[in-house]
Formats: sequence, C-alpha cells, structure tokens
Amino acid sequence: MKILYFAWVRERIGLPSEELENRSGTVRDLIEDLRAREVRYAAAFADLSALRVAVDQQLTDFDASIEGASEVAFFPPMTGG
Amino acid sequence: MHILVQQAAFDMGAQVNDFTSAQDASGAVVTFTGIVRDLPQGGLQHMLIEHYPGMTEKALTEIAHQARTRWALDDVLVIHRYGMLIPGETIMMVATASAHRKNAFEAADFLMDYLKSRAPFWKKEITSATADWVGAKQADEQALNRW
Repeated sequence: MKILYFAWVRERIGLPSEELENRSGTVRDLIEDLRAREVRYAAAFADLSALRVAVDQQLTDFDASIEGASEVAFFPPMTGG
Repeated sequence: MHILVQQAAFDMGAQVNDFTSAQDASGAVVTFTGIVRDLPQGGLQHMLIEHYPGMTEKALTEIAHQARTRWALDDVLVIHRYGMLIPGETIMMVATASAHRKNAFEAADFLMDYLKSRAPFWKKEITSATADWVGAKQADEQALNRW
C-alpha cells in the first residue's frame, strides 16, 4: 500500500510517499498507527480538521475502509484555481 | 472535453481561438483565466503549485463531467498548470461552449468553484523572507453549497 503526502503534510513528515504493508481497517486506524511511529507523524496528524484524505485517488473521509486500497493520500484542503 | 495538467505555460489566446473555432453548434463561449497575483503587501517572488498526479486528472475530468450533466454544454476545456510561476503568469483557464450564454456562464462558474476546493492542487507563496502554504478559504468551501 502506497501512502502519499502533499504540501505541508509532506514537509512535516519529510517524505513524499512511502510503502506500507497492506492493512485492513479504516483511514482513522492507519492514522493512529502513523501517529504512534514518530514525533513528525504525530505533528502532521495532530489536527485532523486541517487534513483531507483520498483513498485510491477518491476524496473520502477518515472512517472510510482502506481494505484492498493501493493508495492512501493525506493533504491539506485543496487550493486549486 | 479537454483536460490538460501541465507545467508549461500556455497561450491563452490560441487556446480560446482553437476551442471557439471547433464549435459549430454553440452560440456562446465563456472563458475564465486565473493568474498569479502579488501579495497585498507586495514582494511575491514566485508561487509553487504542487499537485497529485493521477488524481488531478481524474478529479478535473469528474468535475467537467458533472458540469456536462447539469448544463447543456457542447464542449469543456480545463487547463491547469503546476510548478513554479511568477506574478502575472497564467495559472489555469476554463472554457465552456453552449448554444446559449446562460449555460456557458453558469457552467464556468460551477467549474471554478469545484476546481478551487476539489481538485488536488496546493499553492505555496514564496517571498524573500517567507514561504507559506496558501490556506483554503471558508468562503470557497461554502461556495459549493450554491450548486
């Protein structure tokens, strides 16, 4: 499973993407695991209201399942246009 | 329907001419262009636009498709750049073609509202002293409720 980070989430974690073992559960479960890893992850995921998530390139919410997903991306609210 | 996500600059006039001349059933073409604006206090050196390759194209296609299901459009064009841009440069454009102007105007407005908040782009403003990610505005999110 590929995890991607964009904008200040990428900067805070210090990585554009990384590979994790496939897992079940929800986005929220994944975030709990990431938070527990290191301070930089805890800092990036401190305030979920400032974050958005896409599973397999579809915008979704933190309760979405990641079972069978190949990509999960975390980023701040988008500023296109 | 044409969706282009690119680093390179584009010639807005040429794009509008090509788009317009390809329409034979349309009586109206509406275009919008977004350009890099200096900060209110000045001093913007450049803007960095990051995007999510793959999802960006999908999201733009989905937004354009929604516009086509809601309004009687003959064609839609979306061009959005990423990378480093300086003040005055063109960031993006949309064009809509329809038999009548109302559909073309409303669809262009809808496309812009959705592009702002639902297309995975992020802007960073760089001055000689600062480098700040542009925050999403509450008003941009609320604008989606109009539709």
